[in-house]
Amino acid sequence: MRGTTDFIDQKREKPKEIDALERIATWKEYQKPFPEEKLKIQASRCMECGTPFCQMGELIGRQTSGCPLYNLIPEWNTLAAQGKWEEAYYRLLLTNNFPEFTSRACPAPCEGSCTAGLVSEPVTIKSIEKAIIDRAYKEGWVKPRIPLKRNGLKVAVVGSGPAGMAAADDLNQAGYDVTVFEKEDRFGGLLMYGIPNMKIEKQYVQRRIDLLQAEGIEFIANTEIGKDITLEELQETYDAVLLCIGAEKQREIDIPGRGLKGIYPAMEYLKTSTKHLLDNGGNGEPRITAKGKKVIVIGGGDTGADCVATAIRQGCKSVVQFGKHGELPKERPEHEPWPVNPSLFTLDYAYEETFKAFGEDPRKYYIQTTEFLGNEDDEVTGLLTVPFTDEPVAEKQLWKADLVLIAIGFEGVDPTKAAGAELQNGRIQTRPGSFQTNREGVFAAGDAKRGASLIVWAMQEGKKAAKEIELYLAQKTAAAQLPSV
Amino acid sequence: MNNQHYGLYRSEYEHDACGIGFYADIKGRASHEIITTALEMLRRLDHRAGKNADETTSDGAGISMQIPHEFFEAVCSFTLPKKGEYAVGMLFLPHDPHARNEILVEFKTQASSLGLSVLGVRDVPVNPGILGRQAEESRPHIVQIFVSSSNDNTKESVFQRNVYILRKLVENKFSSSFYAASFSNQTIVYKGMLSADQLPLFYVDLQDGRFKSALALIHSRFSTNTFPSWERAHPNRMIAHNGEINTIKGNVNWFNAKIPLFANQLDLEALEKVQPVINASGSDSAIFDNVLEFLTMNGISLPHAIMMMVPEPWESSEDLPPYLRSFYEYHSQIMEPWDGPMALEFTNGKQIGAVLDRNGLRPARYYITNDDKIIFASEVGVVDVEPENVKERRHLKPGQLLFVDLEKGMLIPSDELKAQISLEKPYADHLEESVIKLPADKHLIPAASQLEKNELSYLQTLFGYTYEELTKSIVPMAQEMKEPIGAMGVDTPIAVLSERPQLLFHYFKQSFSQVTNPPIDSIREACVLSTVTWLGPQVSLDGHDDTTHKKIQLEHPFLSTAKFHAIQNQGLKAAVLPAYHSPDTSLEQALKQLLKLVDEKIEEGSEILILSDRAVGQSAVPIPSLLAVSAVHQHMIRRGTRPKASLVLDSGEPRDAHHMAALLGYGADAIHPYLALETIRGLIEEGHISLPFKKASENYLKVIKKSVVKIMTKVGITTLQSYRGAQTFEALGIAESVVDRYFTGTVSQIGGIGLEEIGMESYKRYEKAQEILFHYNKALDPGSELQWRKDGEYHLFNPQMMYTLQQAARTNNKELYRRFSEMYHHGPYATIRSLLTIKSNRKPIPIDEVEPVESIWKRFKTGAMSYGALSKEAHEALAIAMNRIGGKSNSGEGGEEKERYVRDANGDFRRSAIKQVASGRFGVTSLYLTEADEIQIKMAQGAKPGEGGQLPGSKVYPWIAEVRGSTPGVGLISPPPHHDIYSIEDLAQLIYDLKSANPSARISVKLVSKAGVGTIAAGVAKGLADTILISGHDGGTGASPQTSIKHAGMPWELGLAETHQTLTLNGLRNRVVLETDGKLMTGRDVVIAACLGAEEFGFSSAPLVVLGCIMMRACHLDTCPVGVATQNPKLRANFMGKPEHVVNYMRFIAEEVREILAECGYRSLDELVGETGLLKMKDEVKNHWKAKQLNFDKLLFKANETPLSVQGKTTQNHKMEERFDSRELQHLSISVRNKQKTAITLPVRNTDRAIGTTLGHIITKEYGDRGLPEDFIQINLNGSAGQSFGAFIPKGLTLYLEGDANDYVGKGLSGGKIIVKPGNGWLHNEEQAIIGNTAFFGATSGEAYIRGTAGQRFCVRNSGVHAVVEGIGDHGCEYMTGGRVVVLGSIGKNFAAGMSGGIAYIYTGIMGEDEALSQVNQELVSVEDAEADEDMRELYHMIQKHYQYTGSPIAKRILKNWEWSLHQFVKIVPREYKAMMELIQYFQDQQMPLDEAKLAAFEFKKSGKSLPAIEKEAAFPTKAK
Repeated sequence: MRGTTDFIDQKREKPKEIDALERIATWKEYQKPFPEEKLKIQASRCMECGTPFCQMGELIGRQTSGCPLYNLIPEWNTLAAQGKWEEAYYRLLLTNNFPEFTSRACPAPCEGSCTAGLVSEPVTIKSIEKAIIDRAYKEGWVKPRIPLKRNGLKVAVVGSGPAGMAAADDLNQAGYDVTVFEKEDRFGGLLMYGIPNMKIEKQYVQRRIDLLQAEGIEFIANTEIGKDITLEELQETYDAVLLCIGAEKQREIDIPGRGLKGIYPAMEYLKTSTKHLLDNGGNGEPRITAKGKKVIVIGGGDTGADCVATAIRQGCKSVVQFGKHGELPKERPEHEPWPVNPSLFTLDYAYEETFKAFGEDPRKYYIQTTEFLGNEDDEVTGLLTVPFTDEPVAEKQLWKADLVLIAIGFEGVDPTKAAGAELQNGRIQTRPGSFQTNREGVFAAGDAKRGASLIVWAMQEGKKAAKEIELYLAQKTAAAQLPSV
Repeated sequence: MNNQHYGLYRSEYEHDACGIGFYADIKGRASHEIITTALEMLRRLDHRAGKNADETTSDGAGISMQIPHEFFEAVCSFTLPKKGEYAVGMLFLPHDPHARNEILVEFKTQASSLGLSVLGVRDVPVNPGILGRQAEESRPHIVQIFVSSSNDNTKESVFQRNVYILRKLVENKFSSSFYAASFSNQTIVYKGMLSADQLPLFYVDLQDGRFKSALALIHSRFSTNTFPSWERAHPNRMIAHNGEINTIKGNVNWFNAKIPLFANQLDLEALEKVQPVINASGSDSAIFDNVLEFLTMNGISLPHAIMMMVPEPWESSEDLPPYLRSFYEYHSQIMEPWDGPMALEFTNGKQIGAVLDRNGLRPARYYITNDDKIIFASEVGVVDVEPENVKERRHLKPGQLLFVDLEKGMLIPSDELKAQISLEKPYADHLEESVIKLPADKHLIPAASQLEKNELSYLQTLFGYTYEELTKSIVPMAQEMKEPIGAMGVDTPIAVLSERPQLLFHYFKQSFSQVTNPPIDSIREACVLSTVTWLGPQVSLDGHDDTTHKKIQLEHPFLSTAKFHAIQNQGLKAAVLPAYHSPDTSLEQALKQLLKLVDEKIEEGSEILILSDRAVGQSAVPIPSLLAVSAVHQHMIRRGTRPKASLVLDSGEPRDAHHMAALLGYGADAIHPYLALETIRGLIEEGHISLPFKKASENYLKVIKKSVVKIMTKVGITTLQSYRGAQTFEALGIAESVVDRYFTGTVSQIGGIGLEEIGMESYKRYEKAQEILFHYNKALDPGSELQWRKDGEYHLFNPQMMYTLQQAARTNNKELYRRFSEMYHHGPYATIRSLLTIKSNRKPIPIDEVEPVESIWKRFKTGAMSYGALSKEAHEALAIAMNRIGGKSNSGEGGEEKERYVRDANGDFRRSAIKQVASGRFGVTSLYLTEADEIQIKMAQGAKPGEGGQLPGSKVYPWIAEVRGSTPGVGLISPPPHHDIYSIEDLAQLIYDLKSANPSARISVKLVSKAGVGTIAAGVAKGLADTILISGHDGGTGASPQTSIKHAGMPWELGLAETHQTLTLNGLRNRVVLETDGKLMTGRDVVIAACLGAEEFGFSSAPLVVLGCIMMRACHLDTCPVGVATQNPKLRANFMGKPEHVVNYMRFIAEEVREILAECGYRSLDELVGETGLLKMKDEVKNHWKAKQLNFDKLLFKANETPLSVQGKTTQNHKMEERFDSRELQHLSISVRNKQKTAITLPVRNTDRAIGTTLGHIITKEYGDRGLPEDFIQINLNGSAGQSFGAFIPKGLTLYLEGDANDYVGKGLSGGKIIVKPGNGWLHNEEQAIIGNTAFFGATSGEAYIRGTAGQRFCVRNSGVHAVVEGIGDHGCEYMTGGRVVVLGSIGKNFAAGMSGGIAYIYTGIMGEDEALSQVNQELVSVEDAEADEDMRELYHMIQKHYQYTGSPIAKRILKNWEWSLHQFVKIVPREYKAMMELIQYFQDQQMPLDEAKLAAFEFKKSGKSLPAIEKEAAFPTKAK
């Protein structure tokens, strides 16, 4: 806190996790709660900066620096350090609709640009955020806030992921009647089916949906726009439509053998796994399973890691993850000076688990896959790779595998599910500096507009789009009330 | 006056100061000798006068005398009646005979209507040939008109009144073409734009032996600027004045509102004729004169009137006799003190006298001779008088009324006179009957809250409260009773450019004192302050109906809710007026309705008007409280109803000290900040404040009071009564139409928003508040004035900008710099310059034709940031960088380690080229000054102009204490004023001193931008500054009150332009270098500054960012994580800046300047200076809803037809060769160099100033701070020495004066020795005044022995000198941090205020122990016996030396009875200092070397521990016996 030198006098500490071997037997979240006293100390490492870089939320180069939701981090850090949890919750709520998700699923660029990190180690912002919201639920501070006033205007939000939910929440609170359409059977978008249960337990997602429903938002599942109902039809019923349909089209790997069985896009794999868990509890096996298989994950990102962790929980025989790049540095590299959020080597949950289970880090670096190999049943049996170098003739390496998961990112909006919105480079086109598409009254936000990104960017988009819709509708109504000349 | 408005210049900004004096025969014997002696006196005060650019025209001199009847009888062609039965008008008339005749005819006509007759008119013989050009051009035709009463039996007082009415009538008709220097049957004034020498040469009458008077009062003027004006010369008709009346606007308003109350002798008809009583275009002195004249014309005696207008501080003087107290208390209901530094002399021809302001801020000394003459002047030595003939030599003391009645032939002692006047009427009884005193808050029961939580949020949002305000401003006030502090400067948009709705308060900027008057230290000099407030109608002067009109007396104007209710139940008729309106009506309509209602309520007889914005329900938009108050106040003044009722504001809007100050400044009598109080209640509920509501709200109101007093003292005002309505603010971004109507008299230089936009800002908050009504637990807006918020207010230093700048400088990446510059210039509007674009009509030229980077670099400086505020690493990195590029770094005010005066092995130089001299004088020694290329006198600082500073003990690490001459761990105070600068001629003196201390250094004066700064700068230029820096309000700070950072001072663009324009107008521009600073960041900023008149440029915040600063804004907390603004070694280790980073940045800027120059077709920056034609308001500004209303015509006014570069530059003529050291001591430099011990003897006079200073500089230059062996060079002097005797002299130099000396003896003494003893033939009397005020100010080492008494402020900020003196005035040893002072006589009040080091011994054998101790301010010091061995030895030794050097009889007596005398001494020692010295000693006793012991003691103290008492006792047995 201001006036102390706790940022150097106290060491950074993260909350403890359930032992890796223990936790892989379940699908539960693996982080243990932080004892309050420790949390207070950690929060007091916050300097309450005059210029808090942690909330800048801007891109420096291609990296996100600071929180795109502009969370008032110093304010609630300070309150947390003083044990004023309820007030901290309200200050958190001012910028963040769903702290229970961001505190679990955000990679925390705020910590990368935390000033304490410039001279010591960053404040454990994410853990503090989680403690605040968990406490708020526990204490019953999170209650349905039914708007006191309705303005009679109706907005349709297509897609119930973080962007759609954030927009729906803000619009509902501002007095609009909001309906959310979801093509899947459950709400939450990536929060539901994209992120595995051990990162966000699904009852938490449902808890929020229930809350939003209680506050008056209508949720309609299993309804895909463009298929079950057209955009035009929506526009007839609603004063504005917001498309938050995500960037679901996965990047493909176009090499020989791709057509073999046993090769899946990561998202399909993860979704199947979660759906199975939710539909059947722990019973039986999902349609795609890693059980007893040699698994190879192609792609070194977070989704890849989630695949690794899922495969382990399903009881795979072995698991390997290919990365295109080299091992990341352990300390902030010169080309990513503070406050750039640095890409650092970390022992993520999935890797720690693999290490504990198989005695080896699953990550292999500088690898490019050149061909999938299969058996006579067209099932994948392995693949060939070369090192990712400029050398023309590199020696090929053979890897055995009977389940291959492709996690090399997303191309953008799936054109077949674009509901008729105009796409460019996989994104829904909007007017410059605006969320409105070239179709009047139709807006777009989130991954669908921005491209696949962090949950916090998606929420920021949703919130900003909601503001714009408010402004748009206010002007429209005002114009309508003017006597015609 | 044809130059009243000229660009940003206005004639009302003029200030003056001067030398004053009078000479009189106490017995009333008239002679010509009186006049010739007075004229000689005038000549010897000439160094206090100002000279014009043409060097021959003077700012003015004059003399007021009795009417020389004998002379007039001889020279007049017409017959005169008896002496006293006719009046003489000294008239300045136009040269045009027709116009002249018209005026004289008018005199005749009006005279007969009044029963007077004009006897004749005499052309005053003058000699115009001797005048300077400007004086000649504006010379009036001067005549004397002789008027008598047509009726011989008219009483003198009636005759005088008729003459007064006659003059007024003619004045009212011909106000612009004629002026009466005097018009009286007793006195006559000869004056003009003349120097002392010129006066008798011009007015040949004065040389005539028949011209006789028993008194002569003289004045020599130093005006800040020099527009031709004969009438502004003093004396005025009754007074001459040295100083400045800070409260003048309020005084005028209140006086005008209350004139009928004072008019006893003038009936209504006559009153009509003399209106306006005050000539509004007159100077503050002239206005004072108008009022004094009016009061005396109405039968109030001269001393009575003076006591009303300039009361002594009665509120907290407990030793004041009760009758006198009642007198002052009674009159305080009627008239506000005319406050400001002043030495005022006055005469009505029969009586003559003088008085000082309540704080004694101007020097005044007097002699009384055995042959009954009195010599009074700003200095001694102005009249030659045989030493044997002098009966008394005295200081005029604050509160003392010097008064000589020539008719009675005696000097009436002050106490006697005051008793006589205050007992004339039963004032105490009047008070008893009419005054209601409310019980203190602690006896009132706090009112219960009526607000629900949601209502609280609604109101907070309605009035624009933010979370930041709550937690960073209100919490510290209520919880810790602390004024909220911030660090670094303001970098947010000025209110008119902000996109967020601003409170109206934010458009008003606090004014502050600089140069022409001093700010007051509201903490250390609290004894002169008063916050007494009266509620209820004004009583009439003689109290005839004061029992029917009760008045409430409040201790201060900030009301708790309980008190607010209480004042409504005291029998005074109160009315509540709604200060809000429905969202459907306009603000203008709302105001109209409000004013109408005011009239109605006054009509109904309301005595307290309560303006309240507490609306029922949620559909009311509050009227900005400042607007409501000021509109009503101005309206009532116009209607003449203001004295009938008091204005009490009941508002949710005001919450910080700035808000409150503005409300008082615009006329509120009392304020009930209900929402601030309710907010405190809310904060208690949230757990942010852990006190009961009563205590918390009391704390809050106390801090508000303290802070408002501080704001008030920043302008040098000491009583809230005079502050009320004084309008010491200027508007920035408000339309002139609004100002003229509702804030009449306030300056608004660039226009701005009108009522519609003001209303819109309230409406926006109103709309936002409506949201609260249907939101759950909506948390308060974060606010982002102090701390940056992504979604909040724009800050120039935001993360992207800082990141980009740092990376650019660290990696020497010009591309990144360009990006930074783009971001900065294309960001939101924030500053005045951000609205400007540069456009040239010349063709671009190739860039290689433009002057090189290196030549531009010479103009670059880094700002004054002290070692102490900055870490060693940061401070030295800046110095090295600036020395590498040939620019200049600035030491700041904290001194500099002498190791830095030697170059490093690699050629780097850590010495700061600019050495700053600030009010604390930390580290200012002969060596420090000698090691300067430029010496900067800091008059004000952008972040907190008008304020001093405080370095908390926890930041005074041993190495900081070392350079500052103080004690580790003990807090340091920088006083608000320089105690040697209370006016412009004092500044000229300091410039003189510093130039003497280092003749090769440029002398620079740092001012802060405000309306009128150009006029001050003109004075500074005339005071011979070489460089003038105009700093912006947005300068940085290590720690300042938040409201000062944000609300005091103006953008540099305005101040710079005004200064350039005013200097040009005065013909002074060519001789000074103009510099500017305040958030300069890029080459484009530099070019704009140049176009507005700057030649040199200072950078501070940006270079700090380059060195790693990330705007943590925690400088004041010593927790700067990047090691820039901290002394904590652990944090300093994080410092990552390198000099090359700064060099890179400076190159980028210089290159950008070159690019712009090339683009504009200019080859050098010089060619651009003052070329405002290149600047234009950006076209896009018209799209900004507020900024589009601004008008830059005055800002961009082109002052010089011919470019400055074509006119060429000259330099100031410091006339070094004429100075005493050059004339008389030059040859001694050989002795110094050859190390020959030397002694010489010389006569001196008061015009010989800063004796020994330049010789001292020569010694220091040769031998560094080692100096020479003791008494190596000894200079023996006889006579009266001029100011700054022995300033800064180093070790080895001894000045031995037989005679007396003036102010500033031993200023900055750096090891030398000064002895002053009475001259031959002096009467032996220890109490003789022998030296002046402010002796040994900022002295660091050396010895002094003064046989006689010193004036006010002896040894202020002494840090090492050992001095013995035989009596001192008020405020002795103030802020002292080291050294020893022995006083063998009486002390004045407030002794040892703010003293944090060193020891003082006072001999109480003369004034008595009780009385002596009652004068000691014991806040920081304790009083002990001086009987410990060590003390005794030290004391004995000092007194012995004193005796040995001066032969002092008292020293002799004391030494003779040493055992007995010792008991009569008390020892004054600062508690913290003592504890720290003991700690250091303790660690030394543990075998630690001194350095380590100091650090150990410091760490020990910082950790909050204290030594176990027993251990301490063992280490230091305090009582030896």
